[in-house]
Amino acid sequence: MPALDRDDVAHLARLSRLQLSDAELDHFGEQLDVILSAVARVAEVAADDVPPTTHAVPVVNVTRPDVIVACLPREDVLAGAPAAEDDRFRVPRILDEEEQ
Amino acid sequence: MSDLTLLGAAETAAVVAGGDVSAREVATAHLDRIEQTDEVVHAFLHVDRDLTLTQADAVDQARADGSPLGPLAGVPLALKDVFTMKGAPTTCGSKILQGWRPPYDATVVERLSAGGVVVLGKTNMDEFAMGSSTENSAYGVTRNPWNLSRIPGGSSGGSSAAVAARQAPLAIGTDTGGSIRQPAAVTGIVGVKPTYGGVSRYGLVAFSSSLDQGGPLARSVLDAALLHEVMAGHDPKDATSINAPVPPVVAAARGELGGVEGMKVGVVSQLQGEGYQPGVQARFDETVALLTSLGAEVVEVSCPSFEYALPAYYLISPSECSSNLARFDGMRYGLRDGDNGENGVEQVMAITRATGFGPEVKRRIMLGTYALSAGYYDAYYGQAQKVRTLIRRDFEAAYAKVDVLVSPTTPTVAFPIGERADDPIAMYKADLATLPSSLYGGPAMSLPAGLGDDNLPVGVQLMAAVQRDEQVYRVGAALETALEERWGGPLLDQIPELVLGAST
Repeated sequence: MPALDRDDVAHLARLSRLQLSDAELDHFGEQLDVILSAVARVAEVAADDVPPTTHAVPVVNVTRPDVIVACLPREDVLAGAPAAEDDRFRVPRILDEEEQ
Repeated sequence: MSDLTLLGAAETAAVVAGGDVSAREVATAHLDRIEQTDEVVHAFLHVDRDLTLTQADAVDQARADGSPLGPLAGVPLALKDVFTMKGAPTTCGSKILQGWRPPYDATVVERLSAGGVVVLGKTNMDEFAMGSSTENSAYGVTRNPWNLSRIPGGSSGGSSAAVAARQAPLAIGTDTGGSIRQPAAVTGIVGVKPTYGGVSRYGLVAFSSSLDQGGPLARSVLDAALLHEVMAGHDPKDATSINAPVPPVVAAARGELGGVEGMKVGVVSQLQGEGYQPGVQARFDETVALLTSLGAEVVEVSCPSFEYALPAYYLISPSECSSNLARFDGMRYGLRDGDNGENGVEQVMAITRATGFGPEVKRRIMLGTYALSAGYYDAYYGQAQKVRTLIRRDFEAAYAKVDVLVSPTTPTVAFPIGERADDPIAMYKADLATLPSSLYGGPAMSLPAGLGDDNLPVGVQLMAAVQRDEQVYRVGAALETALEERWGGPLLDQIPELVLGAST
């Protein structure tokens, strides 16, 4: 099925939030093609009647008592942030010019 | 007391508990060894002498006060840099987390601390545990102490190298597709991936959540078991943690559950022969013969779906990775790049992730993004999950007939640094034999089986059914005793002396 062209790889990079150079797009494109061709072998087995396995050891409905517990101290968390302001994470603008 | 770095974990705990040496002396000996050797091995990303000695002093104080000491109190340990620990950075081998100091301890770290285990520092690893050579670290390669031009395995390569180089008697690694067992095999030590859910993942930075599992690396089966027991057990903070007693791994390692006589051992047809180096196959065949001579009943078992473990794994783990690593967006922790007042948040995220992640992580994120996209999901991710069911069925059918399964741990001995660095498929094949039990979730151990090609260590893999971790320790301990009798001591006694001050 694979054979990714440059546009496909650029689209994947965009979905993955990775700003890649043209050289990187070409290099990864080739490698992803080889990997995808190799892993496509999973289509050879496992018919429709085989159920999927999502976890090795399934456990269901795991809950904890509905008790309020302390969260991490704000200053400890913000100490690891790339930028903080007014006791909050400072982030770049979230809307493009035309959306504002 | 002679060189304290020669002692195993059980012996170290005994001499500390007996008052022959202090935990501070033990810690100092290992810190000095790291200082002398890590310039050439590069197992550690972070060592903090003061923090280490503070932990050691607490053990000495507890002993002086007559407080009860845990079974590993005063024993130094090297911690893979994928677990959070307060007071030290956690980088996961990635630039995107450079200098990040987590505000909380992993559950595993809390348990080490409660048990008086002395953490020496954080070890190098393939970025976010993706790799089989530790070459994918953003902070340089780690070298195999057996031969400095070879890889120490990965992704827990800093942990394996530290134990093999006597920088620490114990280390903790994580295993998603073989990242404890493969490094243990190629450095001649013992490594165990516990049953999935046996060890808490709280504070373990996630790569592939349905597969990631922490576990011990050590120089003997008993030492691994002692650490396994300290680390393991139910944790309400991890929803996938198994709420059941820890299997009796220490009793099994001490031989208290019996030897291998009368046990049924299955040799997996699909995990040997073609693709396995002659030296690896030879040591494996000898190990199987040894099991027979020890009274085990050995049969060949066919697991046809194992052939599809590699493709299934390289769909499932990148898919989970692409989702898990979305959290590294440069907003709440770690690196932020491109925040110049002009760029919007989406651009800053894309620039940050391009700067912060290395090539293998980028490859896997894109691979996973592809496999999970509309139109491809059924053919890739959905199909891989069905293969996972077939692999589980092969294991269940096998364990209806045998107690443990055996195979070589890796197809080859440690390969040269650089050989597979930009050849993903060749690199992925290093995990050929370890992937099936990762997808199934059962426990698996790598045990030194001798020296193979180029006089480098070969590992044999012992696998057991889910929650039967004691079985791999039981067989591992019996084999270890018989093998060491044959070798005249542990395999690590044959490691060449490190050539210091001559980094290649």
